[in-house]
Amino acid sequence: MTTTADRPLRVPHKATDEPEGVGSPGERPIGYGSLRRKEDPRFIRGKGRYLDDMLLPGMLHGAVLRSTVAHARLVSIDTTAALAHPKVKAVITGKDLEPLNLAWAPTLSNDVQSVLVTDKVRFQGQEVAFVIAEDAYSARDALELIDVEYDVLPPVINAKKALDPGAPIIRDDLEGRTDNHIFDWESGDKEATEKVFAEADVVVTREVLYPRVHPAPMETCGAIADYEPVDGKLTIYTTTQAPHAHRTVYALVSGIPEHKIRIVSPDIGGGFGNKVGIYPGYVCAVVGSIVTGHPVKWMEDRSENLMSTSFARDYHMHGEIAATRDGKILGLRTDTLADHGAFNGTAQPTKYPAGFFHIFTGSYDLQAAYCKVTGVYTNKAPGGVAYACSFRVTEAAYLVERMVDALAIELDMDPAELRLRNLLKPEQFPYTSKTGWEYDSGEYEKTLRLAMEMAGYDDLRREQAEKRERGELMGIGLSFFTETVGAGPRKHMDILGLGMADGAELRVHPTGKAVVRLSVQTQGQGHETTFAQIVAEELGIPPEDIEVVHGDTDQTPYGLGTYGSRSTPVSGAAVAVVTRKVRDKARLIAGAMLEAPPEDLEWEKGRWFVKGDPDKSKTIAEIAMAAHGTVALPEGVEANLEAMTTYDPPNLTYPYGAYICVVDIDGGTGQVKVRRFVAVDDCGTRINPMIIEGQVHGGLTDGVGMALMEIIDFDEEGNCLGGSFMDYLIPTAMEVPAWETGHTVTPSPHHPIGAKGIGESATVGSPAAVVNAIIDALRPLGVDDIDMPCTPSRVWHTMADAIARSSAKSGAGTAGGDGEDASAPKQAGASGSAQSGSAQQAGIQTGEGGGADPDDAG
Amino acid sequence: MQVTMTVNGVEVTREVEPRRLLVHFIREDLRLTGTHWGCDTSNCGVCVVLVDGTPVKSCTMLAASAGGHEVRTVEGLEQSGKLDPIQDAFMEKHGLQCGFCTPGMMLTSRALLDANPDPSEDEIREAISGQICRCTGYSTIVRSVRWAAEQEQKARDGESAAGSTADEGTHETADHETAGATA
Ligand code: FES
Ligand code: FES
Repeated sequence: MTTTADRPLRVPHKATDEPEGVGSPGERPIGYGSLRRKEDPRFIRGKGRYLDDMLLPGMLHGAVLRSTVAHARLVSIDTTAALAHPKVKAVITGKDLEPLNLAWAPTLSNDVQSVLVTDKVRFQGQEVAFVIAEDAYSARDALELIDVEYDVLPPVINAKKALDPGAPIIRDDLEGRTDNHIFDWESGDKEATEKVFAEADVVVTREVLYPRVHPAPMETCGAIADYEPVDGKLTIYTTTQAPHAHRTVYALVSGIPEHKIRIVSPDIGGGFGNKVGIYPGYVCAVVGSIVTGHPVKWMEDRSENLMSTSFARDYHMHGEIAATRDGKILGLRTDTLADHGAFNGTAQPTKYPAGFFHIFTGSYDLQAAYCKVTGVYTNKAPGGVAYACSFRVTEAAYLVERMVDALAIELDMDPAELRLRNLLKPEQFPYTSKTGWEYDSGEYEKTLRLAMEMAGYDDLRREQAEKRERGELMGIGLSFFTETVGAGPRKHMDILGLGMADGAELRVHPTGKAVVRLSVQTQGQGHETTFAQIVAEELGIPPEDIEVVHGDTDQTPYGLGTYGSRSTPVSGAAVAVVTRKVRDKARLIAGAMLEAPPEDLEWEKGRWFVKGDPDKSKTIAEIAMAAHGTVALPEGVEANLEAMTTYDPPNLTYPYGAYICVVDIDGGTGQVKVRRFVAVDDCGTRINPMIIEGQVHGGLTDGVGMALMEIIDFDEEGNCLGGSFMDYLIPTAMEVPAWETGHTVTPSPHHPIGAKGIGESATVGSPAAVVNAIIDALRPLGVDDIDMPCTPSRVWHTMADAIARSSAKSGAGTAGGDGEDASAPKQAGASGSAQSGSAQQAGIQTGEGGGADPDDAG
Repeated sequence: MQVTMTVNGVEVTREVEPRRLLVHFIREDLRLTGTHWGCDTSNCGVCVVLVDGTPVKSCTMLAASAGGHEVRTVEGLEQSGKLDPIQDAFMEKHGLQCGFCTPGMMLTSRALLDANPDPSEDEIREAISGQICRCTGYSTIVRSVRWAAEQEQKARDGESAAGSTADEGTHETADHETAGATA
């Protein structure tokens, strides 16, 4: 048996720039510290058990027929030929679901969503029919045998036209609908903000688009439904980030009593918010299992994943920032249009239809702020909160950090200097923002200064100045973000009426080993390791002696699951609290064993000892054995050593960070190269620094992806243009740099262990740094704005337009070529203006070799 | 039609539809589910296996075309209870999170190290550039491959037999950060 005596109780966390080296096994931490992950031995052997790896006896396979058009009335569905396929067992359509009351299902935002179409399709890729066959190939074959007739309607694709009078009404299924409006929502003080803006020296305005993107986990979504008619038990194995919430929703929707439903979430190949919702395919698998009497598996393919499951963002933000001439930021304002697609399916706390977007005041001390968000329906896939966004903090952080840079341009001030002048000061915490958030703790300036030091900020600026002399395009971009995560206090936050609290249960076995049961669900974040480390830290038994159980509603306490970076802030707190309960109980038992009053005992990691007599002590293992044995227990103390708790967070936590991105842009092609990326994060107490670093790296890659290449776009007819990995580009190892990370530690004062959460910080914070760097690189050409994704084509056109503008300004007569082509960089480059001179030096050219409009494929 | 190939050193013969993809043959007919399936367009690489030692996207190859060839999957990395150094390295350097891309990444890395025992960071990035990882951001994969290369070099030098020991419990690893300041 490993005992705590075998090795030091805690290895202090090392912060080193030395990426190599393994601590000897004797230095393994009992508690916090970098530690190999407990889940890895199965993954590196190919023994992970993901949904599609599961094979149940007699299992059938489902496939979804999807709409080919964005908006159309359904005229007819003919399934005769499909049903005649020898391997097809059943074909389900909306007509079959209607009598079961399952043709429509509630979304997570109190809207309804079509499961299988009954009246009309509302986005391309919408679920039309479900085929069940003996094998997956046959199910797919049969899809092609189904004949669907549509009466095509004009679609609403551009969110800005959704509210036009006369726009086609998408949701005519909803009683009394006369437009595509979903909600208006506001936060902050409108009048106070107007006053601040009216009196400000400087007001800068930008149209900031956060395009529709997709979380695209490497494993797509799916479910296996297994209905057992004899005892009426429904087991659903599924890729879910929130098993308990799913169970409740299935019970409410299907009428199957909740105690007869078991949700099992096996290993998940990435989630990022994509696996929060319940998709029509899952419901069809359940119906399929009930109808056929066999387990039914439905596993979507990549195109289905990209075209129909939860997208993210799609926020059109009109931003305004007000400041004094010397750079004191006074106010922020936004009027935002939110494109929610055909059904309002965002997964967010009920009271917050725009999520936590109103944290858009960021990390700055303002006099006033106001935001207004309008949600609209369009003929696109539903969703909206996904892709590591912390309930829209992503959009908020992007907006404010773009606006601060726009202000820096206007004031001709260094963006780092402008931020340093306006960041909240340590003594202002806890800080109540102008939109009502209570920031828990922060030492912002220290974090930004560390990032600047790591990046060598002043040297970078010098290098940039030299490069500009030579006409090279180098940019340095900053962002400083504040997250709000760990939703939430249950009195304010619920999803479909379910309060956002999480349970934990800890049992210490007689031999001193333990099992901890969680309501949250890992998708790669390493919960089996991190949560064992929390128990280890609090109880002093080694992490390898602690089994972490999660992902099975029959085996774990209730809770709302993993998204919005809430696992460590909520469930981590639950685990710390439940472990302390066990420790307190162990104290009473130790008192009985040592014949000392419990208040005379002192805790040292792993044991209770008598104050002033440290040799008189009992380890947790000894106490556990006694608790399960025959030792006379004190009055009121039950046998065994276990406890349960449900944690209701008193407040959210506020992780933050300072990011600096360095880019080089090829003036000839518009290709952006992210040369360096420095990220300093503060997530409070750090449980496993290795895992934290990994979380940050992944998020930074998301950020570069969104900034440079990721977009789910549509043509005018509503055809999805991002429906495969040929079109929806994700960074490979070639497009991202070796990440440079650092950290500061400012614990959360209200969290039991001071941890704030890290899962989404980098996704939230990084896109603005990249885009700010790109604009910074293009400043010599007169560029002061660009939208994501900054593909080579977009960057090239932005450069060309800027050059054309400056040529026009400096007089068309000086343009070297024919006026027709004034926008082409070559001609502009030939003009005498300073800007276009730089452009020419930067290698921007057309004509042989460089003339073609570079494609996005770069 | 009948197809015969060697998979992880074992000869297998199966009846397959001519259109059956190698990835489905491996996963479903052989039940070797460590090889994954992640896209419809041969872009993601979670399905990579080694065919005669070369990384191949098994979703891009028909099972029938693999007839007569030697296929190696992630399940074939561990030999006689001994982990391949690349497996140990991915655990040591946190080269995986959700684990979905990991089998393909490890196999490509294995093939790289077999061809080039001392690859540079750029060579490693290039080698895995046909595969997507949505979780790690690649730096830790690069570090894993470098670490495996070093372990293998050490083993070759006979300095130590480090690498694939049976002890894969919870080791302390160094903090990988480039810099840090703790309040
Ligand atoms: S499954 Fe994506 S490349 Fe093979
Ligand atoms: S570890 Fe999740 S995709 Fe690579």
